[in-house]
Amino acid sequence: MGDFLQALLGNINPYFLQIIVNIGIGVILALGLNVITGLTGQLSLGHAAFMSIGAFASALFTIKFGMPFSLNLLLTGFVTAGIGALIGLPILRLTGDYLAICTLGFAEIVKVVFLNLDITNRALGLTVPTANSTIPMPIIVWGVVILSLVLVSFIDCSRFGRALKAVRGDEIAAEAMGINVTLYKVQSFAIGAFLAGVGGGLYAHFMGYINPSDFGFLRSVDILSMIVLGGLGSIAGSFIGATVLSAAPEFLRFMASYRMLVYGGLLVCMMIFRPNGLMGNVNFTDLVLRALGRKPHMKKMLEEKNSTAPRSGNGDT
Amino acid sequence: MFLQQLINGIALGSTYALIALGYTMVYGIISLINFAHGEIYMVGAFVGLFATSIYKLNFFVAMVIAMVASMLLGVLIERIAYRPLRKSSRLSALISAIGVSIFLSTLAQMVFGANAKGYPEGVFPVKQIQIGSAEISTLQLLIIAVSASLMIGLEFIVHRTKMGKAMRATSEDYNTAALMGINVNVVISFTFALGSSLAAAGGVLVGVLYNAVSFNMGLMAGLKAFAAAVLGGIGSIPGAMLGGLLLGVTEVFGVAIGFSSYRDAIAFTILVLVLLVKPTGLLGRKIQKKV
Repeated sequence: MGDFLQALLGNINPYFLQIIVNIGIGVILALGLNVITGLTGQLSLGHAAFMSIGAFASALFTIKFGMPFSLNLLLTGFVTAGIGALIGLPILRLTGDYLAICTLGFAEIVKVVFLNLDITNRALGLTVPTANSTIPMPIIVWGVVILSLVLVSFIDCSRFGRALKAVRGDEIAAEAMGINVTLYKVQSFAIGAFLAGVGGGLYAHFMGYINPSDFGFLRSVDILSMIVLGGLGSIAGSFIGATVLSAAPEFLRFMASYRMLVYGGLLVCMMIFRPNGLMGNVNFTDLVLRALGRKPHMKKMLEEKNSTAPRSGNGDT
Repeated sequence: MFLQQLINGIALGSTYALIALGYTMVYGIISLINFAHGEIYMVGAFVGLFATSIYKLNFFVAMVIAMVASMLLGVLIERIAYRPLRKSSRLSALISAIGVSIFLSTLAQMVFGANAKGYPEGVFPVKQIQIGSAEISTLQLLIIAVSASLMIGLEFIVHRTKMGKAMRATSEDYNTAALMGINVNVVISFTFALGSSLAAAGGVLVGVLYNAVSFNMGLMAGLKAFAAAVLGGIGSIPGAMLGGLLLGVTEVFGVAIGFSSYRDAIAFTILVLVLLVKPTGLLGRKIQKKV
């Protein structure tokens, strides 16, 4: 099985394959942040911290225990989710930008601590051995992408997801409707951290080398840009945003040193011309139904329109 | 020893406070975390550097030029990147700010190169003054004096002039201020100009203090200043000053008692701890939500 898949991928240009894997990892991270910021409306500027925790945890599981990769990823996810819940419990009492700066601070603290710990090899970073699995990396990554897409879609249209959206819409009203706001916020934080941890684990094993400085503020910003660009709260949007922004630096490579310049300008222009993101206000299910020549269900469409209107920022004015 | 560290801390803290003021004023008026502010500070430091090294200008003249240049840059950024987004969600404006920040720091790297540059020797005569057991350099005194006078100037503008009144009104309630005949666009531009010039002054002072100006100096300084603004209660001008000083002093003391490798984490640890106890910062207004 593994050999067959390996042979299958052998025909693909390795550079192209690398971009594909980067996109996959980007999608996983963006989906995680989309649960926290998009669905629950809690602005997080420290998503890279969970990626960092996941990357180092996963790398250490492989180095110290030689764990099978599937078990490794699962365990990494749960460890990161646990840490996410632990951190989320105190700081999710804060609202709006106070929460944002707290998550940013948490990310900086994680970075500096990892830079000083012996087990993470301080500033030298860790060299990660190849994953303990027969399935090639790109297949694993995209397998995880599909699983995360399914997970987040389920959350999106479940009772749980509606509760999260209610928290995003109006915390006080949600509480009055019997929703335990703190519990739901912490749960969404844990789910986002879980996905970020898994993404980090994949990143670590794919790159083969990780350094705490890789997971700084700019990485968090990268992930946030993906979901805002795609359209907050939209799963298709997260997917497209992550694809565009993960691939953009590669396709802009011909511009050499102008690359990041254009990237920065692009972010500004995208926001000015499409402030709600590429997929904001676009209902993906309806688009698909229309393409198939079927009329979308009117009543459901109206409901969707009322409940998914993007809110500015964090609900406070 | 204590006195020495305290003065070091105040000098560092006042530069944080200068940058934090820009964050807090802009936030107070349009609720935007202006992530490009750190880059404005960096540009200010570079303009000051060129004014002193290439044009051999007097230190204070160079500082004024840097402040004016940054002022124009700040207003320009607001015009291009934030004004079209004023009606859309705050997150879009935030991403736009981040885009500007990436753009400016990359531009600086291309124009000025990746290496850190120093201010020319003797741009400001440094002498050591003995006070008790502490040794203070004239540079530190300069930093404290310049920061203090700029902050007093700011207090004067905000509380004693008509423009200041308009600023306070706009930050109180944007729409009502507009209805009362205040030209909010001018007020917002003015706020950006004011905040950017303070950041530039901070940039020049830090550039001389550490004798290093580089394209990426804005990132960490910006984040820490933002932390200082939030620590003091974002939107509050005295809060930003207090927050900046507090962060500077704790950072210096933290390094002095042996946490030097954790230097960048100290500011954020303090921030997180304070916010957990006082969720709107030290001097922040308590938000009362009416249902």
